[in-house]
Amino acid sequence: MTAKTATSGAHGVGSPPTPTKKRSGARAPGERSLAASPTTWFVWAGTAAFFIFLIGILVSVVVDSLGKSWFNTWLPESFSKDWYSNAWGQFQMTHIIGVTLTVAVVVIVISVLVGVPAAYLLARRNFPFKKTVTLLFLLPVLMPPITYGIPLATVMYNIGLGRTLTAVILVNLVPSIPFVIMTMTPFIEQINPTIESAARMSGASMRKVFTRILMPLLIPGILAASILVLVRTVGMFDLTFLVSGPQSDTLVVAIYRAMTAAGGGEARQLISSMAVIYTLTMMVILIVALRFVSPTQLVARVKESRED
Amino acid sequence: MTSPALGSSTATRSTASLRHRLAERGIDTSLLMLVPALVFALALFIYPFTYGIGLTLQPSAATQEKWGGGAFSNYVAFFKDSFVSDSVWLTMRLALPAALFNVLASIPMAFKLRHRFRGKKLLTTLLVLPITLGTVLTAQGLLIFAGRQGWLNRFLIQIGVIDQPLALVNNYLGVMFSLVISGFPFAFLLISSYLSGIDPSIEAAAKTMGADWKQRFRRIILPLLAPGLATTFILTFVLAFSVFPSARLVGDAMGSTRVMALMAYRAFGEQIDYPMASTIAVMMGVIELVVITAVLLWRSFLYKGSTGGKG
Repeated sequence: MTAKTATSGAHGVGSPPTPTKKRSGARAPGERSLAASPTTWFVWAGTAAFFIFLIGILVSVVVDSLGKSWFNTWLPESFSKDWYSNAWGQFQMTHIIGVTLTVAVVVIVISVLVGVPAAYLLARRNFPFKKTVTLLFLLPVLMPPITYGIPLATVMYNIGLGRTLTAVILVNLVPSIPFVIMTMTPFIEQINPTIESAARMSGASMRKVFTRILMPLLIPGILAASILVLVRTVGMFDLTFLVSGPQSDTLVVAIYRAMTAAGGGEARQLISSMAVIYTLTMMVILIVALRFVSPTQLVARVKESRED
Repeated sequence: MTSPALGSSTATRSTASLRHRLAERGIDTSLLMLVPALVFALALFIYPFTYGIGLTLQPSAATQEKWGGGAFSNYVAFFKDSFVSDSVWLTMRLALPAALFNVLASIPMAFKLRHRFRGKKLLTTLLVLPITLGTVLTAQGLLIFAGRQGWLNRFLIQIGVIDQPLALVNNYLGVMFSLVISGFPFAFLLISSYLSGIDPSIEAAAKTMGADWKQRFRRIILPLLAPGLATTFILTFVLAFSVFPSARLVGDAMGSTRVMALMAYRAFGEQIDYPMASTIAVMMGVIELVVITAVLLWRSFLYKGSTGGKG
């Protein structure tokens, strides 16, 4: 076990240790390490290709947003920050970012307030039609937004909410509430129920159990769910796009509209600078998110691999 | 608890109050906590959806006149108008390979990267990065980076691999790139979490009995991982199936990437034909359900027990 750990650990850094190669001929069948196989090459080549594209995309947008007249050369002729101030003025960025944050905060608050109690019931209790209810909450997460987004947007326009901030918030709640329920249910399940029983036995009311016992334990989970809802809401394109208007566009939708505006869209560099602003916002959110929650822990909480 | 015991307790309980009897079956006032969530789900999801389905049966006069079929005129138009029905095939041609690729490429990656090594956290963080990019920036970046004048083509020409710039954007390939860039990290994260849920001692046992890595992978890991693979495939497929901004921005919106989502939006926003837009949206849901059911059916033949992990 220890030898395996050493080899795979060392290989990850990029220097295959010599013992692996020396021993490879005289190994027992079960001893052959995966590290020596062609899969390794495939994995590293794939990772490299992926990151070349990723970094290329990122860097070229940043360079484009800072460059002046970039056509047929490796780099733009000169650099300036003009595009950012132009974008800021021309697209009312303050307003757009304000709308984006308002929508995100309202959606988070409502979906936590509505979702957490429901998640608690689903995690702790058995009641008739529980499966139906679970399915009802699962559907909006499973279905692509545009399939229910179009009927939903039609309803919004029919009741006169089209292009308003309220409509944008309501529409974003549809996937967010189930999402909070889906992430909080397993989280609540892993909290030991005897703690609550003890509190109940000591005479605490349901409300007190919630505020004094459960809340402190739930804070990490709620924080994680809120951040994920934040990422989803800020990044949500389809639903927002269907109901928003000029005064209620969030950042993503504003960028899309600028790209597809009649007459070939706005200047490419303007869009690049807006896209950079968007990415920076998302990155800050996500870096904060990763401090609170490990992405691989969301699906299953399991013990660390023994070879770790 | 055996059934006779249960029966006798019900008999004695009949004198208790209704409230008590309901509470025994799990119905009491704390269920009220579920009400807000249910109200939202019913008002914002079930009602619009049923309304939309109803709307599909009230075709506009123009549709009815052109395609006939009475109340089902929208569906007749959907299948007979080749401009619309072709988009089904165009969507599948993008979504299925993209989802398959994302899942299949994630398996060896997740497998390789499951051990702890230096820089693992950094690599995971970098892999999550595309989520922050969003479809719109990915599209913008692809247009600049992989365009005719972009760095990629420039580099390939410089080292002499090609002499004409490759057409990588504004076509099928561009949308595929964008789907892989946004879908792969997602698939990778899901699969690595499923993989970490498999108890390593099972594999260690197989190793002790002399199974080589191929046998271990085929006989131990793959059967335990398969349900996770099915779920990941479904989720990435759903993501790829509803591709919309990138199909318009880096694709060929009138040609090879005229996907269903684009058609639905065109009917909704440009032609203001709400019944037809709902019809396309409902058909998207139906086609997706067919694919999901097929995958779930396949999954139901697989091992369904515990993966040995604590979770």
